[in-house]
Amino acid sequence: MTIVSAMREVSRRPGGTFSLVAVALILIVAIAAPLISPYAPNAIAPANRLMAPSLDHLFGTDHLGRDLLSRLIFGSRVALGVSLSVIAISLTAGIALGITAALSPRPLDLLILGIFDIVTSFPSVVLALALVAVFGPGLSNIILLVSIVFIPHFGRVARAQAIAIRNSPFIEAEKVLGAERWRIILHHVTPNIIGPIFVLACMDIPVVITIEAGLSFLGLGVRPPLASWGNLLNDGYTYLDQSIWPSVFSGLALIVATLGFSLLGEALRDTFDPKLRRGP
Amino acid sequence: MTPSLLSIRNLDVSYPTSRGHARILIGVDLDIARGTSVGLVGESGSGKSTLALALLGLLPENAEIDAQDAMFDSCPDALSPATAQRLRGSDIAMIFQDPMTALNPLFTIGTHLVDIQRRKFPHASQADLWARGERMLVRVGVSDAGNRMRRYPHEFSGGMRQRVVIAMALLVEPKLLIADEPTTALDATIEAQVVDILRDLRSELSAALLVVSHSFGLIAELCDTVIVMYAGTIVETGPVNVVLHDPRHPYAQALLACEIEPLSSIEAAEPLVTIPGTVPDPANRPVGCVFAARCPARHDRCIEPPPLVSQGQGRSFSCWLGVSL
Amino acid sequence: MTAPVLSLKDACVRYGDLTAVEGVSIDLHGGETLGLVGESGCGKSSVARAISGLNPLSSGTMMVQQEDVAVKLRTDRRFLADRVQLLFQDPVASLSPRLTVGALLAEPLKIRKIFNADTWAAAIALLQDMGLGEQFLSRYPHQLSGGQARRVALARVLTAKPRIIVADEPTAGLDVSIQGDMLNLLRALRDRLGLSYLFISHNLNVVGRVTERVAIMYLGQIVETGKTGLLFRDPAHPYTKALLSSNLTIDPQRRRERVILKGELPSPRNPPSGCRFHQRCPLARDICAVRQPRLETQADGRMVACHFPLSGGSEAMAG
Repeated sequence: MTIVSAMREVSRRPGGTFSLVAVALILIVAIAAPLISPYAPNAIAPANRLMAPSLDHLFGTDHLGRDLLSRLIFGSRVALGVSLSVIAISLTAGIALGITAALSPRPLDLLILGIFDIVTSFPSVVLALALVAVFGPGLSNIILLVSIVFIPHFGRVARAQAIAIRNSPFIEAEKVLGAERWRIILHHVTPNIIGPIFVLACMDIPVVITIEAGLSFLGLGVRPPLASWGNLLNDGYTYLDQSIWPSVFSGLALIVATLGFSLLGEALRDTFDPKLRRGP
Repeated sequence: MTPSLLSIRNLDVSYPTSRGHARILIGVDLDIARGTSVGLVGESGSGKSTLALALLGLLPENAEIDAQDAMFDSCPDALSPATAQRLRGSDIAMIFQDPMTALNPLFTIGTHLVDIQRRKFPHASQADLWARGERMLVRVGVSDAGNRMRRYPHEFSGGMRQRVVIAMALLVEPKLLIADEPTTALDATIEAQVVDILRDLRSELSAALLVVSHSFGLIAELCDTVIVMYAGTIVETGPVNVVLHDPRHPYAQALLACEIEPLSSIEAAEPLVTIPGTVPDPANRPVGCVFAARCPARHDRCIEPPPLVSQGQGRSFSCWLGVSL
Repeated sequence: MTAPVLSLKDACVRYGDLTAVEGVSIDLHGGETLGLVGESGCGKSSVARAISGLNPLSSGTMMVQQEDVAVKLRTDRRFLADRVQLLFQDPVASLSPRLTVGALLAEPLKIRKIFNADTWAAAIALLQDMGLGEQFLSRYPHQLSGGQARRVALARVLTAKPRIIVADEPTAGLDVSIQGDMLNLLRALRDRLGLSYLFISHNLNVVGRVTERVAIMYLGQIVETGKTGLLFRDPAHPYTKALLSSNLTIDPQRRRERVILKGELPSPRNPPSGCRFHQRCPLARDICAVRQPRLETQADGRMVACHFPLSGGSEAMAG
């Protein structure tokens, strides 16, 4: 299936077109942030603090008079940067560990599963507090932390998928042909399990965005004055009694991103699953 | 001549596809007399399974079914969905290739055997139906039937499951029993046992039997009449011992020649016989004879639809060769 | 007689508490087709998997070209893969679903790091030998018919240049009008390339036609082995006789001679005492339940594991 035909198939799903538009919009905004944002995101103008939306400031201003639209535009870079890095790290590590577990002798399989269980059972906020206490808050610590939390998630799915195909005839045929282990894993196991995991990853992007926002909201994440959607929501919440606009618009940005990636993930899942591809 | 149980004239079945109408069955006539056994033989793409499913009303919803006449036991319009559904499981029963698909793993064999009778005998008591089921199990050669009634399908071997399915089919006292590749999934010695039972039952039963198979051997074992199908049409039909030993249609001849006789030619080094070419695309069929492209006896007239030629002993085949003979 | 290219001695294959193959010995000679016949659970697939290296032998030895495979594999990881190849029963499932025919065909060359213009041209020539032109190179396995997928699998296996091919039900699922093509092709390749086949099938007609020798298996053991013509015309083991007679045929004469066995195949998990066939054997006597018969060579050269072999076998015992 080519990318074009996959996108056409996605657009036929419920919410598919919306998801494509929303995701494309966020990507363009994040990439072109310096070109399209009307003001510098950190330019303070105390005289203009907490203004309602106007032609000068389409989304209004925050408590330091910074243009909210510009800050949201730059905040998308943090949101996407964190979520895509987290997904990339946890996906790679998760697939590697999952396949290793599936194709290893029972003791190693159990060991990896045990580590997955320990990580999963640890409350992530407590883990976050501990990590921040040790390393201090910051973007890279957030990425590392959330990645670790997500590794078991992808690892378990990768393991289950790899177990389902590890004894299939085409893998055995490669063994009989004399293929080495790494070749079977890279060329035959991974390509055949990556589809469902990729869809899962897509559906997890908004989850990571909200986790980042949540941690930043708690003051454990991105340090001010760097704009992140979580920080913006936090600031808006502090001055909610004076102006609702910062909360409304940063909340809206989160909602659009969450819906967009979730719906895209679901549409991709249906597209890649041959059983759901077409009705009878 | 016994009165006809099933009589179908000019049955067409087709499906709409992106490449046009895929015609799966074309102008099929089928007659089954009461108490007789008819074998439907052909390769993949011959339409034999479609024909069986049409009789059961089990074709997909987008199938376009058209018949000039479809009479089952004085019931007209037997192929309409409503009628087929009414006949199915009471007057027409089915034995499938894979017995596991016909059995629900959550229910005991006894439950299967009782439930199948409910529709036909709604007023009978549970105890009567149970006893009847157990007797039928004995009859299809299941030993220790009383105990086995309380067991689940997964506790049975493939051969035993198929016996259960046969018992289920017989319990509804159908007028027509359709068996689609009833022994293909079984091991050789078990297949021989099941064929033996089906043959014994045939002589005791009043039901007519329609055996659908790719195996001439199975048809020869179980049937009086054989129908040879190719690409959705009937190419030759007649008594088994006539058609299988002296086929007239070039396809029937070629197909029988492909059957390997292990003993007669064991040391032979000559290549095995095959039929070159492939079955025509159902969405793009030739105008004349469907077999012409692969036929060794092809000649000029084969671009026209061949006539149906009847010859003695109840044999008929559709080929221009019959006209020039 | 020259030494066999493949020799299995007292091979056992166990999965946990299940013994799938027990004490099987097989010799396969150069240029020969040896049939392996039996019903489900008889162990023929386990033998095929052991020979192609998918299952290790639990005990016994396997020699290929007079070399002990277990020993050679310690120094040469591809010793077996370079000599023995397996044709899977389901050809489509044995082809990696996300690779094109071209990529699949290149696999054996890439695995051996000998992929270059010459070897690739030879591989394409092989595919063309099978009647599949270059337009097939860009197709995916699910776009092939059963017969085409078999040819692709065969071309791919031959690219690894084996001496021995284990063919597991090579005509399963093929219509009778085209199974001959596959069998003719296999025979032509064998004669041209000097291959040896271990031919596994439940189709007795096919086995009778294409094999020179045959081994009949029952519950993990060989019960009779010898020249195919001899065994098929005149079986000495009651199980061989029953199996052959159960073959459905359009010949009414042979239908009358049918031996219908009683009972079902016992579970290999819990095999019967003595002769494993004694509970179903129409000729069983007391000793059969107690003592396990050994494979004994008969006067006509075949081997039978039966206390009271039929016909040819009984003459041998008298003489």
